[in-house]
Amino acid sequence: MIRRVLLRSLLALTCAGLLAPIVIVVVLSFSGDAYLAFPPRHFTLNWYARFLGNDRWRDALLNSVLIAVGACLLATSIGFLASYALVRARMPMKGAVTSLILMPLIVPNVITAVAIYFFSARLGLVGNLGWVAVAHSVIALPVVLLILQAALQGVDINLERAAMVHGCTRWGVFRRVVIPLALPGVISAMLFAFLTSFDDLVISLFLAGVRAETLPVHIWNSLTLQVEPTIAAVSTLLIAVTIIALLIDLVARRFR
Amino acid sequence: MLILPALVLLAGVFVVPLGWFLIGAFRELGEDLWPQTLAILTSRAIRTSVVLTNWIALTTTVAALALGYPIAYALTRLKGLAFSCLIACVVLPYFTSIIVRTYAWMVLLGRTGVINQILLDIGLVSQPLALIYNRTGVIIGMTYVLLPYMVLTLYSAMKSVDKRVLQAASGMGAGRLTVFLRVFLPQTLGGIAAGALLVFILSIGFFITPALMGGQTDLMAGMLVEREVEISNNFPVAGIMSVLLLAVTLILYAVYLRVADMRRLLTA
Repeated sequence: MIRRVLLRSLLALTCAGLLAPIVIVVVLSFSGDAYLAFPPRHFTLNWYARFLGNDRWRDALLNSVLIAVGACLLATSIGFLASYALVRARMPMKGAVTSLILMPLIVPNVITAVAIYFFSARLGLVGNLGWVAVAHSVIALPVVLLILQAALQGVDINLERAAMVHGCTRWGVFRRVVIPLALPGVISAMLFAFLTSFDDLVISLFLAGVRAETLPVHIWNSLTLQVEPTIAAVSTLLIAVTIIALLIDLVARRFR
Repeated sequence: MLILPALVLLAGVFVVPLGWFLIGAFRELGEDLWPQTLAILTSRAIRTSVVLTNWIALTTTVAALALGYPIAYALTRLKGLAFSCLIACVVLPYFTSIIVRTYAWMVLLGRTGVINQILLDIGLVSQPLALIYNRTGVIIGMTYVLLPYMVLTLYSAMKSVDKRVLQAASGMGAGRLTVFLRVFLPQTLGGIAAGALLVFILSIGFFITPALMGGQTDLMAGMLVEREVEISNNFPVAGIMSVLLLAVTLILYAVYLRVADMRRLLTA
């Protein structure tokens, strides 16, 4: 009995420890105290007003969303085709190709970022929203591939054959059989591709310049100056987006 | 055919820029390629950075293993609501932006931060502790950021341990400790190796957390690359450090692929 209580409290403590940093940021973003105090004595929405009332923060938010949507669509569509090919086709060097696509996950982001920066500076692409989205899709591609390969493995090839036999075209099979069956996986892939881009700092830091500054980059720039509660408000927004994405994923998984 | 777009994207925005950057960096060295490369490799800045990077990565790996093992073990034993709570506590930070998690620890560990306030209030210390802008801060921050990778890797390894073997061992009279040490632990060694390798690989290339939470003079490998490019515009040094970092990363990745399957990380 004592053992049980002890284990339970240890477990609760671990959970608290894991979540504490995140919870404290959220609570702090509502704090109305003059200086940093925990727990806060007054509550206010001031920091959110400052966040949304500031042009640079608003621009950063817009940039982040546009880039993430672009990267998500690009990575998911390209990743879907690649995963389908890797799951279905018998082709040479399958393992090597998979490892290559997964590579950006393991190569330190700083190196990837510096390399793309070096390249983009020559082409005058630094600060271009579309280009940042393309760069993000490279680091989102491994995530998409891992999710979609698993999802597509669950699609029975006989269903595709059946559709084909009944006169469905290749594209028709794709649109009416494969995509609907893999839909929960596709949704997961899109969500995590979006998050990968939305949360990325390192690639954006090099590529965004001033024009395409994203939320994480603006947080970074503010942090190197001063730790102020507006950042807590912005962080809370990022945390909220993560939670929403995870919840949608949870629902999508039910239908797998 | 379908794989072509992915390969084009990867080639255009990953492989070619990487090759260009590295070749360009070495080309700047001109004629005396080897002597110069050697000189840079053995320079004090790079040596210090390599030692520091390894030290921080090792400490982080050990810390993540020490914290992650019990959490992963708990995950295998829990059911229902308790399981969902714990897994949520692991997964939510995992998918939260690294910059947000780092900022959270800056708020916690600062001189007037939450932890120092609590310690001062209960009178455990009379001066605020220096928990940030030094190596302690970096290690705490990095361990927190990388812990989920360790937990999920260990959990997927532990899940595949056959419970009946454990029951057999205790049925034949082994105590709880013996079952754990001689039956359970040895079967999770593969998971430990995979988790430790993964965390170590990610640690040596880390940039955000050490840059924000570390001391001014402590340059880890990733920071050195960034500094040399952004501030000193010294591409050869950045290039050589990148090659070194890349080589170590890829070698360890090859080893990692032998012991683990990356797919497990997301499907766990």
